[in-house]
Amino acid sequence: MAEPLLDIRGLKTWFKTDDGMVRAVDGVSLSIDRGETLGVVGESGCGKTVTARSVLKLIDMPPGRFEAGQILWQGRDLIPLDETEMNKIRAREIAIIFQEPMTSLNPVYTVGDQIAEVIELHQKLSRKQAMVGAADMLKLVNIPNPERRVHDYPHQFSGGMRQRVMIAMALSCQPKLLIADEPTTALDVTIQAQILELMQEMKERFGMAIMLITHAMGVVAETTQRVVVMYAGKVVEEAPVGALFGDPRHPYTQGLIRSIPRVDRSAGRQARLESIPGTVPSLLDPPPGCRFAARCRYVMPACTQAIPPLKEVAPGHKVACIL
Amino acid sequence: MAGSTPASLTADTPAAAVVAPRKNRPTSPWQEAWRRFRRHRLAAASGIVLLLLIAVVALGPFIWPVPINEIDFAAKLQGPSWAHPLGTDDLGQDLLARLIYGGRISLAVGLAAMVVAVVVGVLVGALAGMSAGWVDAALMWVTDLFLALPLLPLLLLLMYLFRDHFKRLFGVEGGAFILIVVVIGGLRWMQVARLVRAQFLSLREKEFVEAARALGASKVRLVVGHILPNALGPVIVAGTIDVAAAIIAESTLSFLGLGFPSDIPTWGSVLRDAKDYLDIAPHWALFPGAAIFLAVITINFMGDGLRDALDPRRVL
Repeated sequence: MAEPLLDIRGLKTWFKTDDGMVRAVDGVSLSIDRGETLGVVGESGCGKTVTARSVLKLIDMPPGRFEAGQILWQGRDLIPLDETEMNKIRAREIAIIFQEPMTSLNPVYTVGDQIAEVIELHQKLSRKQAMVGAADMLKLVNIPNPERRVHDYPHQFSGGMRQRVMIAMALSCQPKLLIADEPTTALDVTIQAQILELMQEMKERFGMAIMLITHAMGVVAETTQRVVVMYAGKVVEEAPVGALFGDPRHPYTQGLIRSIPRVDRSAGRQARLESIPGTVPSLLDPPPGCRFAARCRYVMPACTQAIPPLKEVAPGHKVACIL
Repeated sequence: MAGSTPASLTADTPAAAVVAPRKNRPTSPWQEAWRRFRRHRLAAASGIVLLLLIAVVALGPFIWPVPINEIDFAAKLQGPSWAHPLGTDDLGQDLLARLIYGGRISLAVGLAAMVVAVVVGVLVGALAGMSAGWVDAALMWVTDLFLALPLLPLLLLLMYLFRDHFKRLFGVEGGAFILIVVVIGGLRWMQVARLVRAQFLSLREKEFVEAARALGASKVRLVVGHILPNALGPVIVAGTIDVAAAIIAESTLSFLGLGFPSDIPTWGSVLRDAKDYLDIAPHWALFPGAAIFLAVITINFMGDGLRDALDPRRVL
């Protein structure tokens, strides 16, 4: 098999704070193939976002620091690159969209200016050509009246529309990988569906890969091919989407899936939605052993002794649990 | 429900027609601020008065081509008349001509000192705001140090120490102008620096800055293109007030005899010359005082208006 598009190996992104080292990402390995959609799920504070930002090296250093690991982009390690070299990769090869469409656009420029800036920066086009490109991109993300809307300011767009603009900006240089960091969390349900559909459409059009970070299991089930489940800075399970929902092995994954509200199951009964008790442990000097042990319903003495390694239980299905 | 639908449709159509042409014209934040500024009556009126004042000092010599230093002892200490609309001083020199000339200097000093203060303030504030850690701490320490200095004695000392040096380098009038501008501007940048630093500290964490960085914008482009334009509102307000403060500072220096050479009239130096004749020729002091008052108060009112216009929380 050809080498993966992006191959993260044993990445450790730590943050130095006054209280000690916060191990936000602690030995994460994952890979994405060309044209693939990879879902990354987990609760808030699991290190999903830090992993995504590490790929584009958007971590502030200090306090952040790459303690170990490699980020191989088409075989080339990104960690030693400086800002100038990273800026050639950003947008042109890897682009990212964020959770907050309401604040991700600069209020003092028109959306056309902002899309055109990205195009100008990377494609050596004149401002005029870039503005035409910006209108084309708006049209592509299904914004009505694109020729007129390029001259509008962000405050004249709704949240869903702004996320479309963000997607247009991110895709304006046809990146090979789009990292979507909870792109639909801030939007209401119908708009969420539209944005996911749009991303799917763009993916087919440009043949890019998507790394979809979310905590909504429903979104993962619908849009991804493979899923990585993260917990407390570590990968606990990795599986094709069918296997993950059909045969979840890690107690944390099982808990996540059980906590999805099901319209069909609880109908007419006084069923309580299940949740995982407790919260994500502090990543500041975590205890030895499995980090989920304190919340796990199957916990045994061995769980607190050593961190269980990720091992393959079926083709393409890896779990970090001693069960 | 079904019955109300046609009625609401007919009601919607003219409303939509009214809204449509407005939507064609997107308003930039600056256009919006300008619209709000015009609604601020006092500020708008002040703006007109100030523009008139500037027009008078700029075009005055063409309309009133009387030399500023024509001595006429026969007409000394005269009150306003048709020959001398604002009267004359103890040498019989025409006050209108002298105040027009002095106004050019006073307003130019005010604007130039503001530019110096804003440029220094923005540089220091931006540098401090972008570089957390010891650079920030050191720059803010220097800013606090400058804020703690007693302004007037220091101004006088600096003028006294460097006046001759600058005179040799840039000539009599040029040397005085540059020295006054640098000294006044150089002692008034601290407020701007603090404002800019505070703005930068909050703006640099905004998602749109992160988004621009993620899409390959360099650090310079982030600062100049994305952060600075969003931080300019308070800087404009502070800059406006700085113009007024610089005019006062220049007048004070001239009044104390450490500003421009005594044969060059400025509003402050005319006031100084007039102080000994307050009882027999009050008009002599009244007019330059009024000019300073008018310039400073209109600029401050404009600052008020700009602050309200640039404040997104205020409905105007």
